[in-house]
Amino acid sequence: MTKTHVTATVNGDPVEFLADPRETLLDCLRDHLGLTGSKEGCGTGDCGACSVLLDDVLVCSCLVLGVEAQGARVETVEGMAQGGTLHPLQRKFIEHAALQCGFCTPGILVAAKALLDRNPDPTESEVRFGLAGNLCRCTGYDKIVRAVLDAAAEMRGAQ
Amino acid sequence: MAKDETATFRLIGTRPDRPDGLDKVTGRARYGADVQAPGMLHGAVVRSPHAHARILRIDASKALALDGVKAVVTRADLPSGLTGEDWNLQENTLAGEVALYDGHAVAAVAATSKLRAQDAARLVEVEYEILPHVTDVDEAIRPDAPAIRPGAADHSVPTGSPPNLVRQIDFGHGDLEAGFAAADLVREQTYRTEATHQGYIEPQACLGQLGADGKGEMWVCTQGQWYIRRMCAAVLGIEAAQLRVTPSEIGGGFGGKTTIFMEPLALALSRKAGGRPVKLVMSRAEVMRATGPTGSASMDVKLGMTAEGMITAAKVTFRMQGGPFVGASPVGEALSCALACYTVPAVHHLGLEVLANRPKAAAYRAPGAPMAAFAVESLLDEMCRELQLDPIEVRLKNAAHEGTKASYGPTYKRIGLVETLQATKTHPNLSLPLGPNQGRGVAAGFWFNHGGETSVSLAIGEDGTVQVSIGTPDIGGSRASLALMVAETLGIPYENVRVNVVETGALGVNEPTHGSRATFASGKAAVESARQAIAQMCRRAAAAWGIDPDAVEWRDGAAVPSGDNAGKFPPMTIAEIGAAMGSTGGPISGHHETTAGGVGASFGVHVVDVEVDPETGRTTVLRYLVVQDAGRAIHPAYVEGQYQGGAAQGIGWALNEEYVYGADGRLQNPLFLDYRMPVASDLPMIDTVIVEVPNPGHPYGVRGVGETGITPPLPALANAIAAATGLRLRSLPMSPPKVLAALRARANG
Repeated sequence: MTKTHVTATVNGDPVEFLADPRETLLDCLRDHLGLTGSKEGCGTGDCGACSVLLDDVLVCSCLVLGVEAQGARVETVEGMAQGGTLHPLQRKFIEHAALQCGFCTPGILVAAKALLDRNPDPTESEVRFGLAGNLCRCTGYDKIVRAVLDAAAEMRGAQ
Repeated sequence: MAKDETATFRLIGTRPDRPDGLDKVTGRARYGADVQAPGMLHGAVVRSPHAHARILRIDASKALALDGVKAVVTRADLPSGLTGEDWNLQENTLAGEVALYDGHAVAAVAATSKLRAQDAARLVEVEYEILPHVTDVDEAIRPDAPAIRPGAADHSVPTGSPPNLVRQIDFGHGDLEAGFAAADLVREQTYRTEATHQGYIEPQACLGQLGADGKGEMWVCTQGQWYIRRMCAAVLGIEAAQLRVTPSEIGGGFGGKTTIFMEPLALALSRKAGGRPVKLVMSRAEVMRATGPTGSASMDVKLGMTAEGMITAAKVTFRMQGGPFVGASPVGEALSCALACYTVPAVHHLGLEVLANRPKAAAYRAPGAPMAAFAVESLLDEMCRELQLDPIEVRLKNAAHEGTKASYGPTYKRIGLVETLQATKTHPNLSLPLGPNQGRGVAAGFWFNHGGETSVSLAIGEDGTVQVSIGTPDIGGSRASLALMVAETLGIPYENVRVNVVETGALGVNEPTHGSRATFASGKAAVESARQAIAQMCRRAAAAWGIDPDAVEWRDGAAVPSGDNAGKFPPMTIAEIGAAMGSTGGPISGHHETTAGGVGASFGVHVVDVEVDPETGRTTVLRYLVVQDAGRAIHPAYVEGQYQGGAAQGIGWALNEEYVYGADGRLQNPLFLDYRMPVASDLPMIDTVIVEVPNPGHPYGVRGVGETGITPPLPALANAIAAATGLRLRSLPMSPPKVLAALRARANG
């Protein structure tokens, strides 16, 4: 099948790739751009491991076609740290032992960042519902929720 | 206090950042599907859409005619003549004459892209003759059930038994009749659990390469690289040592990645495609349909109890299916765990393994134990209520302790169930008031833990830093706990130790990270390796000082002269010894190989408060408490993580998760949308108490903590729902429709 030339901005960098019209944005990020931080856990939008921001909107990149990224801004887990400095969420995830296998972690970090961007002072319940689209099978979510709340508090303090 | 405070440590019991944390929060960590190789092809698998069907013909000509398709593999490409579990593994990798379950692989293709491989797989024509099937355990054991594999039963099954009964296990001790006669209350009930999946978020993925010379390599997400090597070698008829297996980072396993499913197909495709590497990644539906869920169970339990709450006798009969292969169900483990928490004067266990047209079951976190606990701990709770006895006091009265003859045979060494129950009793959660439609449930659980084949190597660097090579993949922070133990032993900073999970070419055979063994067994071997290196370093220092090696001690990361020589020479640090080692006798290392003994069982007690919505039947978990004996918590945060994760999986099993088969024998819910695992908004914080009754079989007292935690939630939830509603649910999951139906049935009299 004829491929489509796509140009987009990923984590601030201009990119271009050739997408089969059937390929998802996740396929394109992983296979064409080498950005394997976003994971495929289900391919049906149920696990959230592929969460990215598409023009500031949190999406499952497995539910977006690669060709739909034409002209868009995409942010993935690889873009969260600024230079050598981790995003507070990334640091708090390590400090709180909020990951075990780490496979869901990139998607949860992106989803948590999207949550805090729109709600800098979430309650525990708001964090839980904000992350309800991201499955974690290892942790029981306890330490994840604590890490997000702690990161939010730190980020509020820093402002 | 629950914490062991008899020993003081510099590092053990602290919570440093995990060494692989940075890689895992930045997306850099490489999992099974994250690598590519030059010349790489992509594989796809053709699977049976039928639960049971004879394969009449496979025609791959249209697939092979597609541009870019490089190989098609069927069972004819695999060697014949395998027996026992090797045959089971091969048959499960690719069906031979008969497809045995919905999703059973029948062929595989390799092509130049993922989409092309998937297109080609759809072009493989398979002609089937559909056979009668059975998926339910109680139906599968009937004498008139469709025979799935005639002649498969082992010697334990009497002739004339139902056709799918393939294994029978029978053991116990004591006088059962006298035991029941001595009881004031005897109750017998039947319980059922549905199959659940491990539900790791990372689907199976591998990149395999195999040449015509029989030499190959594999990158794979697995709990055990040597198991992958041995099993692939057996299925393909190659030599194990010629296959080099490198474990990727692993996105969850919970037992489900201790075995092979599609991995040999990547190698078989590669061999047929001239040795080009082949990447094979499962879809979620493939994971659910064709990788190991746990078995389903139907269980009878009979208990005798005195009015004071002493258990006098127990009889359990468990029927379990684990798919169409003998030995795949966890019925043996379930029996052994059933009464393991208690001192029972008379006990009898009977296990019946039944074949069914379902995927080949794999281990799932404390395999068998959660089902057994659901049955036994539920009935125990029913009897406590009937006798108006406190459930924790009754468990304390009957609790197994050091010297108890375990229900499954051996005599317990030092165990911590009593301490765990006592810590539970005094926890503030137990005195919190409950409202309407709310109830509290208590249950205990057990897992053996495991030692197993273990090989570890440790080497001192030229700057005194230390590398440790281990063979047990890190699924939940074990690199951190191993680094802590090595640094503690050597008296050096945690950061100066790097723990590497290595490929099969780098160490002797290791069993997988299973049986809660990684921190226990690799830890034990790593500490022994460190002690060897210390002995070496003391000898180097002694030689430099010209004194007897016995006159040198190791203290705080340095060799120190002792006894008569004390103070005569300044301490020689590990960095100084490392810098000089080339001229003092060569590289300094330590290694230890063992089938690790000294395993310490771990007991846990869970307390859950729920609220049941009388209008929807939905159960909300209000609060949850896990109390468990860790032996010693090396890195407490990751111990808590194991407790919390086990509880969450158990809550899912209890309340929502189940394999749903249609009348056609096809799995109806192979996606996460319908296979409903707990999400963050389903759960509360999960409170933990780490009890520490050190295991004398480990240098730092470790027991292993991974598995026990999934055992009590099933009955704890059932007991809490009974307390909230007065209704006893004896079949899992206790999903809203089931609870609602029970509420309505009672309302309708």
